[in-house]
Amino acid sequence: MKGNPIWEVFIRSKNGLEHRHVGSLHAEDAKMAMENARDVYTRRQEGVSIWVVESKHITASNPSESGEMFDPAKDKAYRHPTFYDLPDELEHI
Amino acid sequence: MENKNKSLIDYLLILGDNSLILGHRLSELCGHGPSLETDIALTNISLDLFGQVRSYFQYAAELTGGDSTEDTIAMKRMDREYRHTWLVEQPNKDFAYVIGRQFLFDAFHLPLLEQLVNSKDEMIAAVAAKSIKESRYHLRFSSSWMERLGDGTQESHQRMQSAINDLYPFTYEFFEETETEKLIFEAGIGADLKVIESTYRQTVKDVFAKANLEIPTAPARKTDGKKGIHSEQLGFILAELQFMQRAYPNMTW
Repeated sequence: MKGNPIWEVFIRSKNGLEHRHVGSLHAEDAKMAMENARDVYTRRQEGVSIWVVESKHITASNPSESGEMFDPAKDKAYRHPTFYDLPDELEHI
Repeated sequence: MENKNKSLIDYLLILGDNSLILGHRLSELCGHGPSLETDIALTNISLDLFGQVRSYFQYAAELTGGDSTEDTIAMKRMDREYRHTWLVEQPNKDFAYVIGRQFLFDAFHLPLLEQLVNSKDEMIAAVAAKSIKESRYHLRFSSSWMERLGDGTQESHQRMQSAINDLYPFTYEFFEETETEKLIFEAGIGADLKVIESTYRQTVKDVFAKANLEIPTAPARKTDGKKGIHSEQLGFILAELQFMQRAYPNMTW
């Protein structure tokens, strides 16, 4: 094993839903990452589709910049659709 | 009728015992695999094989009648009554051995199941239909590891080749037709080992070429596992496999 890098695993639990991040694992290449993901993360019928991507290809936000990244959204309550009066007959909203 | 049942039970043991003993060998690696990922992968394969064994043995117990159950068939036979081939009882010497043994079995198991789905015996056909997807994945897993190790570093190549040199001579036993297999094939229930053998040698040729491995030319090991004659390995396997039932007869969970 030369590099044995880390891969991130995304599973779609059923058709119509999105792929969600479920964890990571080590693998030499994409094919092995796919087989490992199948064996480690879908052995209890967790999914119908798998994505794997080598961790180094993910660009992550920097925790030290979370102030300017996320704080400005805090006081913008009007961005949430919570100010509408809904008629009583309307269900499932 | 009685004779036909006897041959059928015998055939179910030949089918089931390969999976039982290989499944046991793989289970020995649970918690000891070379990495978390391969540990789980090998344990998954072990569980797949045990699942198949249960179906074969439940059916064999039903045909046997009396007090026979899947558990008595799995746990309470004497060594000479086990009908697996010598390949599957070979020990987990190193990871190359584990992969080599797995590949050499999977390459046989898949074409076997592909024939058994057309068996005239509905139970066998149903078990084969369920198992075939599992086996297809096992072969994919073991072939890709054969390629990685065979075509990997100098050390992995050397270990893979030496494992194959030791294990390959055991593969001829799969295709030495026993009286039972002949009868059951003629009855339209069993598989045609000649057809499987040509598929087998082709799979081996293809995968070995990709894996940069040489097909060993050593002669076949003369083994009679399917007739109940085993190597010294089986004693150790049964000591562990049967311990609970021997020490505490009829114990349950």
